[in-house]
Amino acid sequence: MARSSLQPEEAPREAGSQPAVARPRSPEAATRQLDRLIHERVRLGIVSALAVNEALTFNELKRLMKTTDGNLSVHARKLEEAHYIACTKSFHGRMPRTEYRLSAAGRRALERYLAHMEALIQAMRR
Amino acid sequence: MAEPRYNRSMATAPRRTGPAEPVALHTRAMDNLEFIRETMEEAGSFTAVPGRGGVAMGITALGAALVASRQSSFERWLVTWLVAATLALAIGAVTMVHKARAADAGVLTGPGRKFALSLCPPLAAGAVLTLVLYRAGLFAALPGAWLLLYGAGVVTGGAFSVRIVPAMGLGFMALGAAALFSPPAWGNWFLAAGFGGLQVIFGLIITRRYGG
Repeated sequence: MARSSLQPEEAPREAGSQPAVARPRSPEAATRQLDRLIHERVRLGIVSALAVNEALTFNELKRLMKTTDGNLSVHARKLEEAHYIACTKSFHGRMPRTEYRLSAAGRRALERYLAHMEALIQAMRR
Repeated sequence: MAEPRYNRSMATAPRRTGPAEPVALHTRAMDNLEFIRETMEEAGSFTAVPGRGGVAMGITALGAALVASRQSSFERWLVTWLVAATLALAIGAVTMVHKARAADAGVLTGPGRKFALSLCPPLAAGAVLTLVLYRAGLFAALPGAWLLLYGAGVVTGGAFSVRIVPAMGLGFMALGAAALFSPPAWGNWFLAAGFGGLQVIFGLIITRRYGG
């Protein structure tokens, strides 16, 4: 089972307060700017899946990530705390239903992350 | 417990590898981008297109083609296809809802909604064009127009889904274009090949690979 690698220094900044992406000049500079919160695979998967869906339920995400209830809950909560995703709980008939949506801050974070990955690749090709 | 997403490439911090391993950094970045692309593709396919529904719609169209080919007038031929289209749409809607429920997904949210909303405008355009072409007596243009518009709807609806969905749409569009430049007598069989053949073939593939 993969464990979260979130370290204290990885704590997310306040949503919406992150600076615009500046193209790093070296791979090392790119990694320093990396958003550690969504660098973790399950969290990156959650954000990526929500980027192409208006909303996904807990069970859909669990199946997509091929992970357990507990693991998904932990990672989803970290993203929620960073305001990268929003969670709504409701009832579908008598069954509880948890639905997640990507926030504007989460979408910007994914875009920044993609830019960083591309910058790393570009830096290597120089 | 098998967890291929974890095992394929753990998301350890690139900075730990140090500057002496530039190839590893580059490879890891590529791997991360590939992971994002795969996840988006898989997530985009979630509950969207019902494969079994496609097969049932295809069988309906094949039956309609046989019945329509035996009709004595164009009006009866048209009614046959319109009844089949209504039945196929109902099958598509019911199976889409069924697939969404089986996956515990919202029927009115997610990729299913995206697909349905993208498909509706070309279908509405097709309905209007059917009336216009019928009034103008341009009966021979109907099969091509139907196939082209349905294909356009599937291509746009499946733009964020698995690649097979827009590929199916392109197949419809190609058949539609061919129908418009072929003898009018072939129109019925172009409809059979598109709404019947393509729908059954892609429906079977979607059923097998993308969860029913």
